[in-house]
Amino acid sequence: MLRRGLTLVAVLAALWGLWEGYRAFGVAVGLTWPFEVNNRTMPHIHDMIGQLFEPSRRNGPLLIEVLGKASLFTAKEAAVGFALGAGVGFLLAVVLVHSMLLQRGFLPYIVASQTVPILAIAPMVVVWLGGRGLPGWFSVSVIAAYLTFFPVTINALRGLQSADPRAHELMDSYAASRWTVLWKLRVPASLPYLFAAFKIAATASIVGAIIGELPASIQDGLGGAILNFNQYYASSPESLWATNIIAALVGIAFFLAVVLAERLVVRRAPENLA
Amino acid sequence: MTSAVVQPVPRNFGRMMGRRARDWVPAIVIFVLGIGAWEGFVRGLDVQRFLLPPPSDILRTFWEQRDTLTSAGLFTFKEALGGFVIGSGAAVVAALVLARWRPLGDALMPYAIAANAVPIIAFAPITNNWFGILSPASKMVIAAVICFFPVMVNTLRGLTSVRPQSIELMRSYAAGEVEIFRRLRIPNSLPYVFTGLKVATVLAMIGAIVGDYFGGSQEALGIQIRRSAGIFAFEEAWAAIFVASVLGIAFYAAVALVERLVMSWHPSARGSRTE
Amino acid sequence: MNDQAAVVSLHGVTKDFARGGVRALQEIDLEVRPREFVSLIGPSGCGKSTLLRVIGDLVEPTSGEVVVNGKSAHQARLERDYGIVFQDAVLYDWRTAAKNISLPLELLGWDRARRTERVREMVELVELAGFEQHHPWQLSGGMQQRVAIARALSFDPPLLLMDEPFGALDEMTRERMNMEVLRIWEESGSTIVFVTHSIAEAVFLSTRVFVMSPRPGRITGVVDVDLAQPRNAETREQERFFELVTEVRELLRAGEGDGARVGEEVSS
Repeated sequence: MLRRGLTLVAVLAALWGLWEGYRAFGVAVGLTWPFEVNNRTMPHIHDMIGQLFEPSRRNGPLLIEVLGKASLFTAKEAAVGFALGAGVGFLLAVVLVHSMLLQRGFLPYIVASQTVPILAIAPMVVVWLGGRGLPGWFSVSVIAAYLTFFPVTINALRGLQSADPRAHELMDSYAASRWTVLWKLRVPASLPYLFAAFKIAATASIVGAIIGELPASIQDGLGGAILNFNQYYASSPESLWATNIIAALVGIAFFLAVVLAERLVVRRAPENLA
Repeated sequence: MTSAVVQPVPRNFGRMMGRRARDWVPAIVIFVLGIGAWEGFVRGLDVQRFLLPPPSDILRTFWEQRDTLTSAGLFTFKEALGGFVIGSGAAVVAALVLARWRPLGDALMPYAIAANAVPIIAFAPITNNWFGILSPASKMVIAAVICFFPVMVNTLRGLTSVRPQSIELMRSYAAGEVEIFRRLRIPNSLPYVFTGLKVATVLAMIGAIVGDYFGGSQEALGIQIRRSAGIFAFEEAWAAIFVASVLGIAFYAAVALVERLVMSWHPSARGSRTE
Repeated sequence: MNDQAAVVSLHGVTKDFARGGVRALQEIDLEVRPREFVSLIGPSGCGKSTLLRVIGDLVEPTSGEVVVNGKSAHQARLERDYGIVFQDAVLYDWRTAAKNISLPLELLGWDRARRTERVREMVELVELAGFEQHHPWQLSGGMQQRVAIARALSFDPPLLLMDEPFGALDEMTRERMNMEVLRIWEESGSTIVFVTHSIAEAVFLSTRVFVMSPRPGRITGVVDVDLAQPRNAETREQERFFELVTEVRELLRAGEGDGARVGEEVSS
């Protein structure tokens, strides 16, 4: 426990050192490649963090408050999208695992669907759902769901098929129904794979939520905040950096939530590492 | 000698292709049905035509604008490719270093995995400020960072997922660390590396295109999609998306092909076998 | 009796594993003379695999002396004085059988011509001609083990360490492989230390059998196998064979009881 804490401190210190070190070096030498190093391109880290406790605009609330609200907003979108995508993905996998024919028919498209930059069709999704009277943030959730369902489907499929054939034979010897086999054998066997997918999906849903907010012109979330502070970059670069730090923390928090859930739910055999 | 021996993969190309072609039939059927349904549904019911044009219209628009679209596609692909090469290259080097100094590698692995959870795309405005909004470098950097962590984590895992007995064997030959790397860890890691690379191709394309959402050159595909959608010219937007898709699939397939050639020994390349 | 220096000699070797506070080996004394075929047999947890690894300098003893081929075990390993075969063939998937066999030779820096020639000899020795270009997954379990044996002998080590190499094979293949090993032993003139679970195998193959027992791991007896050489299928049906098997079995049983009844003497 102590060692973990120390490693964390060491890593953060190393990152801080790299940043400030490169910055000091770049300023001293007048570095222009790959990019010019100055207060605008590389603000001090303590300035970035300090900015959180400044008002976000004249007489306005503190930046950290604004970002906190934006984070919650985006997190909600991402969570809904994650739940939707994971649910659909899992259902899809359950259907596919029972039919080789359906698998061969649909898998190539499921894979290919990820090469379609969904974020590219985000504007269309927003217009379509908006036309149906659904709130803007829901479109964002749909986009997040699209990014979530793919890793979940693929991994769930592999997981549902991962049980030892002999375990299946045992079930057959009990004349177990498909439903029983599904819930007593396939699903428990698929848990490690599911959690691997959830870890990827957690990040994907946050990314989807942030980016999805842009074409939806949503102001209340992190995506909107990034766009907003991007406009004021010249006068206050620290604000954009602070926003990005918060966004990074939100992404990591989502990921850690899944890791925690995994620890509680799944007990794995240690990996063979040498 | 009665022990069963498995024949090497048959050299009979025709037979191999025959089996493969049969596997693909359901997918082809679905494709045809899907396209047909899309076309029929949208035309027949005149539904959402402006949002989801029929495939025929999309293809027609693509053909009309093929010059702009292909040049935009290549521009964006260059950004993606550059990011892919830089990111994956750095990742492999980093993984080799971390595998060599295991205590460091073990300590940093969780951080690498966590770093992968950071929405890198959010940093696009910053790279725009660093390299200039029009410069391909700004998107390349984003793509490179997105590729870095998955490739590094996979490669590191491949370098370290070695059976203890294989290490004992090498030690019995008094092999040093360098030899162990060269003859054991690196060949062992190849399947993992290629898994990472295939994921990276998709991520690099997405990084390059979506990076444009925060601003970019008019020549880039992402900007074209955004602009077309903004003026509700959805046929053009979908034609651009079609180009992006094709490029993405081609990129992935190219890496998969290299994988096949390099790893002809791998079980997944086998034809039929009995165990 | 052979008065040449022992190939392997252990004095008072003890091994404690910090994790779990287990004493895997206690005061092991043994000697292996040149061209002997020695088996280590005992129930699970008696330390036989650990003992093999101590000889091979893959595990460091907590105390005691290990001399292999006149040098420390560490030196012997660095000078590649032994070859090792595991229960798992541990072949590299990405190499053909021939390239697997040449692995140690590459590490030793042999030039290509010499390597090719030696691989050819080894392939003939283990009777795998025609299969050199196959990959491990194209070979049966028995064949994979033959490749592993060929690899272990490819650089002519004076000592061969084998850790239950046929444990994963079926009975018939196992008996066939036993004959193979004896033939290879004779032709190569090496000394062999062989770990096994099977009493019949130990008696059939060896010139001497060391019986071990667990908690803590120690040698409880040695059986001299005076069956005629060369051994063959008929050897298994001789009366003397059954007598020796019984002797080993009784030593094993005595050793097992020993753990429960502390302080009682063991008859050998």
